[in-house]
Amino acid sequence: MDVNELKRKAFEIRSMTIREIGNFGSGHIGGSMSIIEMLTYLYYQEMRVDPKDPRKEDRDRFVCSKGHAGPAVYATLASKGYFPTEWLKTLNQGGTNLPSHCDMTKTPGVDFTGGSLGQGFSAAVGIALGQRVKNIKANTFVVIGDGESQEGQIWEGAETAAQWKLGNLIAFTDLNKQQLDGYTNDIVSMENIDTRWLGFGWHVQRINGHDFNELRIAIDKAKTVTDRPSMIVMDTQKAHGFIPGEGISNNHSMAFDSKTAEEAIAALTAREGLN
Amino acid sequence: MRSTTELSNMRDAVMAAILDLGEEHKEVMMLDADLASCLGSNKFADVCPGRFFDCGIAEANMIGVAAGLSSMGMRPFVHTFGCFASRRDFDQFFLSVGYAHQVIHLIGSDPGVTAQLNGGTHMPFEDIALMRQVPGVTIIDPSDAYSCYELIKQAYALDKPSYTRAARKGITHRYDASTPIVLGKGIELADGKDVAIIATGEVMVTESMKALDLLKEQGINATVVDMHTIRPLDTEIIDKVSARCGKILVCENGRYPGGVGEAIAAHVVKTSPVKMDFVNVGERFGEVGKLPYLKGAFGFTAENIAKKAAGLVK
Repeated sequence: MDVNELKRKAFEIRSMTIREIGNFGSGHIGGSMSIIEMLTYLYYQEMRVDPKDPRKEDRDRFVCSKGHAGPAVYATLASKGYFPTEWLKTLNQGGTNLPSHCDMTKTPGVDFTGGSLGQGFSAAVGIALGQRVKNIKANTFVVIGDGESQEGQIWEGAETAAQWKLGNLIAFTDLNKQQLDGYTNDIVSMENIDTRWLGFGWHVQRINGHDFNELRIAIDKAKTVTDRPSMIVMDTQKAHGFIPGEGISNNHSMAFDSKTAEEAIAALTAREGLN
Repeated sequence: MRSTTELSNMRDAVMAAILDLGEEHKEVMMLDADLASCLGSNKFADVCPGRFFDCGIAEANMIGVAAGLSSMGMRPFVHTFGCFASRRDFDQFFLSVGYAHQVIHLIGSDPGVTAQLNGGTHMPFEDIALMRQVPGVTIIDPSDAYSCYELIKQAYALDKPSYTRAARKGITHRYDASTPIVLGKGIELADGKDVAIIATGEVMVTESMKALDLLKEQGINATVVDMHTIRPLDTEIIDKVSARCGKILVCENGRYPGGVGEAIAAHVVKTSPVKMDFVNVGERFGEVGKLPYLKGAFGFTAENIAKKAAGLVK
C-alpha cells in the first residue's frame, strides 16, 4: 500500500474504533487513537499473518501490552477479516468476545492477553524467544504505553530481551505523554525514554507515530538489526483523530454516544480532507 | 521411569523428573531466576541444549516469558524459591498463565520451614493458598523422592499449569516403584479407626508417621494419609477416613487460610461434618533457624501432632 492508501485505511479503522466505543457509550478512546497508524501499518503492510488461519505457527505476532487499547486492536482485526465487523457492536457487552482489555482466549487474532500493565511485554519477550528456540523465522511486535513504562516489569523484560539478543523482537512505545491521572510529566516523567532503552542495550529509534513514512523507515531499519531487540519510540497524541478528546487531560477513557461518534468522524473527515 | 533410591536430595528428584521430561519432549524448557545452582536447573542446559534460560533476579518477568513460550507451544518448567514463585509473581501467574490459559510448570522450592537458614523473608507458608486462587492449577506437595518424581511427570501429562512445592535439601525414601503413585489420590499409610491424620509434604508426613507410634503407646490407633496432591483434592479418601474415624487432624507446613486444612474442612462440612483440628503455622510469620528448631518452634513435631490427635479422641 502507498501512504495515501494507508492513510485511508487508518481513517477507516479509526472511524470503526470511534463507532465501536460510541455504540457502547464509553471506553478507552485516548490510548486506542494514538496507536491506529501503527496498527494499520503492522496489519496492512508489515506482518505475515493470515486472518483465515489466525493460529498459524510461523506467523508474525503482535502483543498489545497496553491492553486497554483493545477497541483499536479489534477494529483492526475486524477490518482484516478475523471476525465479522458486527462483533464491534458487542464491545464490553456481557458474553462478548471483545472485552475492554485484549484477551487471547476470546478474540481471534489476539496473540496474547494484556491488561495488567507490563505483563504483555514479558510475554512478547517469551514469544520472540520461542520463535528462536523453534527456529521460526518470524518477528514479534509489541506495543507498550509510556505510562505502562512506569511498571518495573517492563524493565525486567528489557534486560532479558537484550541479554538474549532478541533481534526478532520489535517494540513500540506509544509516547502520548498522558496517563489516566493526567500528564505523564506531572505524575512520573518518561522523559529521556530513548536513552533509557539505549542504556538497556536496545536499538532505539524515535519517530512520529502518526506518520506512515517514518513508521516504514523505522520498522525496515529495525528488521535489519539482528543482534539486539528494537525499540521504536513513537511520539503520538493521545486521542489523536477523535477531535473531542484531543488536547484535553482526561481523555484516557471517555463517555460518548453514537451521535457524538458520528459528529467526531464527520469533523475528522473534514479536517483530513478525505471526502 | 527411573529409580530414585540412589538420590540424596529432594532437588535431585525434582530435576530427575524434569530432565527425563526434557529428553522425552522437545517442548520442555527450563527457566530459573538466579537460583539454578540451588536446584540444579542448570543441568537442564547440558541435557537439553538451547532450552534453558536463566532470567536473572526478575521473577515477574520470568513468569511472563514462560507464558509467552507456552503460547508458542513450549512447556516451560520454571523454578525459584517458593516465596518468590507464589508471593512475588502472583499477578503474573494469575493472569499471564491462569487467565490466559497457558501451561507452565512452576517449582517453588523450600516451602514453609524448609527454607531454614534463609529465614522468615524466604519462608512461604501461603503458597498453597495463593495457588488455590488460580483456577485450574494442579498443586502437589510430595512427601518423598519417588512420589515427587512421579507426580511431576503426571502433572506434566495433564497439560495444565502446575505448582510443585519441594524442599531442596534432605530426602525421604518412603515409596518405590512398587507403590502406585496417582496424582489426585492420597495414600493411606496407616488405617487405624480412632482418628485420621491427613498430612501434606515431607515434613508433615514424616512427623505424622512418628506420631502414629506415639499414639499407639497411648492405645490410640490412627489413620495416616499422605495427601500429596492438593488440587485435585482427593475427596474420596477424605470421605472414607472421615467415615472410618469420625475425627480428622490436618497437618500442613503452611498457613490455614486457603490452605489444605481449610480445603478439607470445606469439603467435610458439605458432606458429613466431623470434629477436626489442625497443625499449621497459625498467624505467625516465619523465622530463621535449622529445621529441628523450626519444627519445634511451630509445633511441626510428632509430639504436637500426637497431642492434637489424642485431643480429638478424648
